[in-house]
Amino acid sequence: MPANSFNGFTDYGIGIGLRVPHYAHILEQKPVVDWFEIISENFMVDGGRPLQVLDQIMEQYRVVQHGVSMYFGSADKPDRAHLKKLKALVKRTKTPWLSDHLCWGSVDGTYTHDLLPMPYTFATAKRTAEKIRQIRDYLEVPICVENVSSYAEYHVSEMTEWEFLSEVVERADCGILLDVNNIYVSAKNHDFNPYDYINGVPHHRVGQMHVAGHTKFEKYILDTHDHPVLDPVWKLYAHATKLCGVTATLLEWDDKIPSFDEVHNEALKANEFIDGAKKAKSVTSGARPLGAPRP
Amino acid sequence: MKPAKGKKRPAHRPGAALPIGLKAPPKHAPRKLVTTGDVVRLQRLMTHVLVRPLTKSDGLQPKWIDGRPMEEVAAEFIKPNDRLSAFERLQLYNRMYWFRLLDNMHDDNPGLRAVLGDKKFTRLIEAYLTKYPSRSFTLRNLCSRLGQFIREEPRWTAPVTALALAVTRFEWAQTLAFDEAQLPRLTTAEIAGTPLARLRLRLQPYISLLALDFPVDTYVIAVKRRNVLRTEASNAVDVARAAVRQKHVARPRRERVYVAVHRLENRLYYKRLERPAFLILESIGAGKSLEQAVAAGGAKVKPEQVGGWFAAWMELGWLCRRK
Repeated sequence: MPANSFNGFTDYGIGIGLRVPHYAHILEQKPVVDWFEIISENFMVDGGRPLQVLDQIMEQYRVVQHGVSMYFGSADKPDRAHLKKLKALVKRTKTPWLSDHLCWGSVDGTYTHDLLPMPYTFATAKRTAEKIRQIRDYLEVPICVENVSSYAEYHVSEMTEWEFLSEVVERADCGILLDVNNIYVSAKNHDFNPYDYINGVPHHRVGQMHVAGHTKFEKYILDTHDHPVLDPVWKLYAHATKLCGVTATLLEWDDKIPSFDEVHNEALKANEFIDGAKKAKSVTSGARPLGAPRP
Repeated sequence: MKPAKGKKRPAHRPGAALPIGLKAPPKHAPRKLVTTGDVVRLQRLMTHVLVRPLTKSDGLQPKWIDGRPMEEVAAEFIKPNDRLSAFERLQLYNRMYWFRLLDNMHDDNPGLRAVLGDKKFTRLIEAYLTKYPSRSFTLRNLCSRLGQFIREEPRWTAPVTALALAVTRFEWAQTLAFDEAQLPRLTTAEIAGTPLARLRLRLQPYISLLALDFPVDTYVIAVKRRNVLRTEASNAVDVARAAVRQKHVARPRRERVYVAVHRLENRLYYKRLERPAFLILESIGAGKSLEQAVAAGGAKVKPEQVGGWFAAWMELGWLCRRK
């Protein structure tokens, strides 16, 4: 049963990112895992071992696609060749939803391979939402946009990040992949209250959550994904889960990757908070699955 | 020449080379984002900042491309906070851009690194990505124009440019062999009854045929073996580690070799070819008829040799029907 009106995948539970160092363990040991998140770009190829591994994984597990290069916020039009490859992968994986970031990263067809922060203006929100709609219509799959961690803000911004996120997803009628670690990192870097952020987004649109580790420096925090999740992030996650209901959750661990079991055990800590959310309240009436048409 | 009044003058100095594919940045950051053009100008400006090479101390360059202090340019569009100036905030992104791309190039080119040494390799890659920033959504294609760049600007690899170029071509061929498409392999039934003069085949997209002036296949294998030993030694005692660190892979001497870089059951392989076999495969790849391709192998090639080669290529699945 969906926990909120935009989340039809409450049974997805706790997933982890599919990463190369774990391939052998997963394929040989077949550990019990609720689902794997794959980085779409790693499998947007025409053949070879990546697709072989993906097919083997899909025989045993549920897979959800997460992208890092769609750049909804780039002024460039969507690249046709890119979309075509992505759609081929969507058909292959039958991903129930697809996520990518609310950011920009390319201009004039030149790619930075970074997730650059958006200028939070009404004009960019409108343009970005239109692009998300176009891409969703082409791919024919529900889209969740993820908030990024950031280290810079623009003078031209006209609103807070969470107001911008809300404006975009309402205009695009899409879901949110709420990354609570990114909220924490950005809150520290830009001096806002992370709870204001979580309280301020449309909870009924949160279709997935991310948790991850970060690294503190003297003057800023970097989103490094190379540590266990820190306590303040788990607390934020607990708060978000209470507001959004039980939500498909994923642990990101991308650098200094430890054993599969260590990563999985870290991810499973999220269950403690999900249980809390289940007890806290039930928000199921009038629910519709992610991407389903409005009544 | 002075720009016409009211026209936005690019900040880029005339004569200075722009990164290929990236249009000149605006002279100033837009004060408001109303039109798509405003967004493009802001994104173009920030991208130019990011792709600027780092200083020797891995910092953002203190001067902008029009000669103004970078502090001034950064403050035009980035907010400072009580810990970091606008310049320092942009510097974080500038560093992350270069560290990410250098890491990727480092991993994809162990042979080229061994030829040039780490310092020279890094200088080459900085120059390459400054001229040719990425034009693909995937980092997989980052090296696609490296061979072209080495040909255009041999000063970065001199005096070993020929070897560096051979290794670069070989390492890019491995990227292609790893994940390019595999088409249905040709069966004998498909070609039965078709005259050789009409039969046109093609090679699997994952195959690269390389005519090289150095035996870089054996060289790169030796470099990779040494790197594995180094990794294993990092878990062993210090003495063993030091011994392995010393092990140097000698640069190969000039020798003409013909190599096919391919994959079999999703593993990478390199196969040495005789020159006539190479020429026949090259002709097949170029779309010549089978009759023309066999002729390209030369008059001295015996029919039984050609038969043996084709049998091996069919078994490896290298040949496909050209539609």
